[in-house]
Parts: sequence; C-alpha cells; structure tokens
Amino acid sequence: MANAMEIYQLLPKTNCKKCGKSSCMAFAAALLSREKNLDECTPMLEEKKYSENYTKLKGLVSPAEQASETGMIVHEDRCIGCGNCVVACPVNVAEDPKGAGSGNAPTNERVILKVEDGIVRLSNVEDCRRFGENKRLCSGCIVTCPTKAIEFV
Amino acid sequence: MERKYHVCTGCALLCDDIELREVENKTIIDSACRKGAAWIKNCQHPLECTVDAKDTTTQDAIEKAAEILKNAKNPLIFGMGNSSLTAQEKAIELAKKTNACIDDTSSFCQGPFVEAILNDKIKSCTLDEVRDKADVIVYWGCDPSNSHPRHLSKYSYFPRGKMRQRGWEEDRTAIAIDVRKSDTAIICEDDFHQIPPKADAEFAHALTDALSGKVPKVTFGMKPKEILELANVLKKAEFGVIFAGLGLVYSIPDISPMEKLLEVLNKKTDFHLMPMVGQYNMRGFNHTLFDQTGYINRVSFEGDDIGHGPQYSVVEVLKGEKVDAALIIGSDPLSSLPGSIAANLKEIPTIVIDPCKTFTSQTANVTLPAAVTGVECKGEAIRMDGVKVTLKQMRKSDKMTDADIVEKIMEAI
Repeated sequence: MANAMEIYQLLPKTNCKKCGKSSCMAFAAALLSREKNLDECTPMLEEKKYSENYTKLKGLVSPAEQASETGMIVHEDRCIGCGNCVVACPVNVAEDPKGAGSGNAPTNERVILKVEDGIVRLSNVEDCRRFGENKRLCSGCIVTCPTKAIEFV
Repeated sequence: MERKYHVCTGCALLCDDIELREVENKTIIDSACRKGAAWIKNCQHPLECTVDAKDTTTQDAIEKAAEILKNAKNPLIFGMGNSSLTAQEKAIELAKKTNACIDDTSSFCQGPFVEAILNDKIKSCTLDEVRDKADVIVYWGCDPSNSHPRHLSKYSYFPRGKMRQRGWEEDRTAIAIDVRKSDTAIICEDDFHQIPPKADAEFAHALTDALSGKVPKVTFGMKPKEILELANVLKKAEFGVIFAGLGLVYSIPDISPMEKLLEVLNKKTDFHLMPMVGQYNMRGFNHTLFDQTGYINRVSFEGDDIGHGPQYSVVEVLKGEKVDAALIIGSDPLSSLPGSIAANLKEIPTIVIDPCKTFTSQTANVTLPAAVTGVECKGEAIRMDGVKVTLKQMRKSDKMTDADIVEKIMEAI
C-alpha cells in the first residue's frame, strides 16, 4: 500500500482547497484514511495534464477501497490460512479462549477472524481494537502473519 | 449446538477441528489451511482405471495387477504414506505373500529420527504436550509455515496451553535454525540463527560444547557469543522441543550429533525432538512395519528370513535393477526420486493405486483409482507425533478404498 507522500507526489500540489481540505498533503492523508474520495479533487478530473497521474493514483488507492471499516485488507493471493492471526488476535482470545485462543476452530460467532476455505475472513469488525473512536493501534494479526497477507490502511 | 468435527489428511498434523458447511449448494471448509482445503476439495485430475493406458473395469485392472505381481520374482511395494493403517497392514501382508521388497518415503526422508524414537534412543513427546507445556520451541531445518501451515497456530507457538496461559507473547520462545530466512524464521525475528548449508552437524557440536561449559567454535563465522546465548536459552527451558525438518536430516550423515545434543540438554532440562513428517500417515507405516518386523522401512521378504538394510531401500533396488515389478500406493516416485533412478521404474511393469493422476501413473501399466482416506472413506492414521487418530468420512464416494484394492489383489493372487 502507498504512503501519503507517494500519493501527494501525484496530486496537483496547487493547494487549491476545492476538495475542502487546506492543502494537497492534507487531501493525500484523507485519501489514505478513506475520508475523501479521489474524484473529489476536481482539477485532476477536469484538467487533461493530470490525466496520467489520475490513472496512477486510481491504481494506488483502489486497494484501500476494498478494505474493511477498520482499514484491514487481506491479500487473498498471499494468505495460506495458517490461522496464526486467528489465535493471536486479542479479541478472539477474549471471546473464545478455549476455541480460537487455544489454536482450535472457533466455537462461537463472536470472533473477528476465522479461516474459511483456506483463507482468513473478517466478521464482527466493530469489535476490532482498531474500530471506533477509542481505537488502538493493535498489530497482533500483522506481526504474526508469515506471508504479510494482512495490511491496514 | 454440538459441532461435528472432521480430520484433515492434508499433512501429518491431522488437524481434528475441521467443519464442513453447505452454503447455496457449495461446501465451505472451516478452519482448514489452504493446503488442507485444497486436499479436501478433491484433486483436479482424478485417476482413471486403466490397463496399458486403456480404460477398463476395476475387476480387469485388479486381475492384471495380480498377474504382474504373481509373475514377478521380486517385486517392490512402495509408498503408503497417504494410506490408512488398514491399507498399510494389507500391503505388508501382500509383500510377505509375493516375496517383495517393501519401502516408503521415510527411507529418504525422516526415517532415521522415527527409527531412533521407536528404539527409545531419542526422547520425543506429543503435539498436545507441546501446546500445554513447551516454552522453548526450535524449528531446525524446517519451515512449518509452508509445509504444515497450522503447526505454529494449532500446536507449537501461538496457542495458549494449560501451563502456557499467556501464549506466545510471554510464555514461549520460538527459535529457527535454517540456511535461509524462511517464513517461519521471519516469525522468530531475533531468534533466527542462519547457518550455511551442510553445517548442521558442526552447529549441533558447537551447541553441545557450549552446553558442556566449553567455548563453542564454528568455521562459518558465527560468533561464540551468539552460540552461548542460544545454549543459555535452551538450558533454561522448562520443556523444550526441537522440530527436525528435512533440511537437518539431509545435511547430517547420521543422527549422532542430535543424539549427543539431546543427551547433554536432558542432563540440564527436559528436551524432546520431533521429526516434521510430511505425508499424513508416513509414521503410521513405520509403526506398523516396526511392530511386525522390528524395522521401520527397507525390508525384504525374499526367502525365509526378513532382510533389512540400505540395500533394500527404494533408491538402491531401483538403481541396481533388483526388482522386476512395482506396486506404488499413494506416492509419486517419478517426481520425488532423482531422474536417473526413477527412470528404471519405466523398465519394469508398474501398478499405481492413487486418487489422483501423478507422473508415475502416466507411465504405469495398471492404474487403480482409490478413495482419499479421511475425505471419501474413513480409516485410522498415526499423526507426526505418534498419536493414533480416527479419520471420518466427509462425503460419499463410490470409489474403493486402497485397503480394499490391496485385499482384492491379494485374493486374485
């Protein structure tokens, strides 16, 4: 996934404020957190000289559009379904200590992560520590993934 | 609601918490890893019943197979790593009846370690003990993240166990010793020790020295401090386990460096070794043959006595052209053996029993499709740690089991 600076480099850098943000850098950060949509930068849509950069940016930010409400993306081509994230997730452990927390199949529906058909799937995202106003930068599922298939945007 | 769990036979971990659900006429497999899910879903190219590459009935193929084995003076029976315990027993019976050489993949795989465990030369433990007690886990020459995907999450590193309630973050240390930074080594982070190829014996000796109070020395530039620190972690373990992979087995001429290391470790603490068996019931075959003959593989039933030794391994008998027919059950020697040796298999009449098409089945004289045990039929198998597991049937199938096929061949002979 791209960072804010990479996105900024492709924006018009005119700080025209048409998008409602105070600067192009602020718009880049807003794009990354999915607060703003790329099409809200009207000069990029209207002016021909930005069309090449627009296509590049579309490619950069489109993976983030598939992310869950918490910003989590599971790269299905990389996931091997090992279940490391399932057993490491603190919410899974709290909700299902004997099942998911002990390395076994989840025994209830309150878990966030579970493996289906060999690929990890998300459910109950609102319980994720990265969700809501009091969100915390939990990285249990990221650091335990051997193939780096989990990413947050 | 009581849940109905199945056992996955995708690898020797035999995960026993697999659930199947029907959603819009599609079967969803819960909790199995990608490898297991692909195994359960079925093979892409199922094997057909053929004699000399022509489709035929099962009865004709069985008769032809019996004829080949009857006419052979000294056939080879090989494979059985993906067969149930019953099929393995029947295959051994067939070997006795036909004066055959019988061998499996363990003769060029984890055989030395399984043999040492069965002869009580090496201390081993079960995977459940690892989950409940282990605090120091060493992955030596193996990469379970790829070979046994759920190894770390279900048994060895991440889960909370009876005596390891705080799980991987505080209660366990994972160490990787490998020639490259594998996916498992990435998880071990700072506890990854990289050694050059073929240096495993030297490294094991250095660790033994460090544990015996000597200054460890290695020729490949690893500092004595690093080895001493590692030895210290091993020494302080309450319950340690070394998972030995093929990388370790292939690089040591014999297992004495590991025996020595475990001996020294067990004077100070409680340490175990477990071979990372690949095929789901390879250890089952070793146990079955060991119970009957006292040997785990490479056995010949030619003549009155039971012959055993490296000269009866699949590699040697094919290299020396000592066998005149071959029955391959659930294995693919053409792709797993060196080309020059496997090529000799083409010179002799071959029978293949397998659920899927393999390289070997494409050149075989007789092919007999079998049901996948644990998916299309039930059975029993022995997990990589020596625990017997009952396998349930997941879906209906009209295919014969490999045990029935071997039985029918025996009857026809």
